[in-house]
Amino acid sequence: MTQYGVVLFHTTSAVMRAEKLLIKEGYSIKLIPTPRQFSSDCGIALRFDWSCHEQVKVALDEANVELDAIHFLDTKGV
Amino acid sequence: MIYLDNAATSWPKPPEVLIAMTDALEHAGGNPGRSGHRLSIAAARVIYDTRETIASFFGVSDPLRVIFTGNATHAINLALKGMLKPGDHVVTSSMEHNAVMRPLRNLDREGVRLSITPCATDGSLDVQEVARAVTSGTRLVVMTHGSNVVGTIILVAEIASIAHRAGALLLVDAAQTAGALPINMSEMGIDLLAFTGHKELQGPPGIGGLVIADNIDISQIEPLIRGGTGSRSESEEQPDDLPDKFESGTANLAGIAGLGAGLKWIQERGIDEIRNHLKKLSRSLIDGLSSLPNVKVYGTLDPERSVAIISFTVDGMRISEIGLRLDEEFGVLSRVGLHCAPAAHKTIGSFPEGTVRLAPGVFTTIDDIQKAIQAISRMVRS
Repeated sequence: MTQYGVVLFHTTSAVMRAEKLLIKEGYSIKLIPTPRQFSSDCGIALRFDWSCHEQVKVALDEANVELDAIHFLDTKGV
Repeated sequence: MIYLDNAATSWPKPPEVLIAMTDALEHAGGNPGRSGHRLSIAAARVIYDTRETIASFFGVSDPLRVIFTGNATHAINLALKGMLKPGDHVVTSSMEHNAVMRPLRNLDREGVRLSITPCATDGSLDVQEVARAVTSGTRLVVMTHGSNVVGTIILVAEIASIAHRAGALLLVDAAQTAGALPINMSEMGIDLLAFTGHKELQGPPGIGGLVIADNIDISQIEPLIRGGTGSRSESEEQPDDLPDKFESGTANLAGIAGLGAGLKWIQERGIDEIRNHLKKLSRSLIDGLSSLPNVKVYGTLDPERSVAIISFTVDGMRISEIGLRLDEEFGVLSRVGLHCAPAAHKTIGSFPEGTVRLAPGVFTTIDDIQKAIQAISRMVRS
């Protein structure tokens, strides 16, 4: 069963930037409403396959996408 | 009908612009950044894509430095009021639109020191005048890139060097030049660029923006308005993140979608091709008007040194009569008066009467120009 992670951002624009970048690099991602257990910062968060979390973090860092935090999500993925 | 009022707003719009606006409202109609559902995300994508298009169009690498506003006036106010404090010195030109002049006069009363560099009667500005006005205490130089009255181009790249040597920044009002001339902020040294979407960028009215160069520290710019951004909602303080710091309230989704489509339309057609087309129309219009008796044409009379905006007066005729007769008898749509730019009309010698302004656009043809000249010719000879 897939385990998910979620990237939280401060702004919607940063989410959009991250989405474009990660899709371009071939990651399987989905934008979801920010899980309430983490933050109320921005309405949208980016969910990804947790097995890629190191690579996702590096990709976002290298592109200078400003993010708030990366969290492990459970298998429900919300 | 021959529409020669493109300096007020361009018309018609490319069909792609109207389609993009309808499509955004129909298929991406959520509130960007407020909710997490598909329509909200779709709206956010439309807006982000347009930010990217604008950033690359003006030579800025970070799309988050594109701040959406209602129009160029709003963007200019954001920059001027966000940066200038009592005691600061600001330099501008004598060809400015009231979008620049009125906020500056207001700031002047509040203790900002204002210097207005004189332009020549053709609207051109000797950059040495700027060098004389700028001092070590100058915080900002603000200039129109192209006059909305006579089209004269101001050499903003040279002015940027002068401003930067004195430690000042350059704000450019590109209302009349964005989409008509190539603009690369990093190559030209423009620190802040105010644009409007509804003129040569082919977008709808109600959308414009301020583009902030990649190297500018945004902590020196205060927001003009504060409010909901969809981000950092736990805080009652305005966030410092770009672009949210300067963009409170729900964005103009349809306007941004239309603007994005307008920019893509320009990119497909090529800005150089558009420039060449408008230069040919200008040449034809200037030559035709100059050959008529009792007609005085203002400006450089040189399409290389101006955008396609031509002002004229006719001895013995009121400009209001010319405008009305052109519309009613010949179907030629112009704009008469002071064009919200009293300083510019004082500079070119047409204050307070004003001028008749003709501004062709990308959809104007040489045939349109010849018909307009024939109409004016019949009128002045009658």
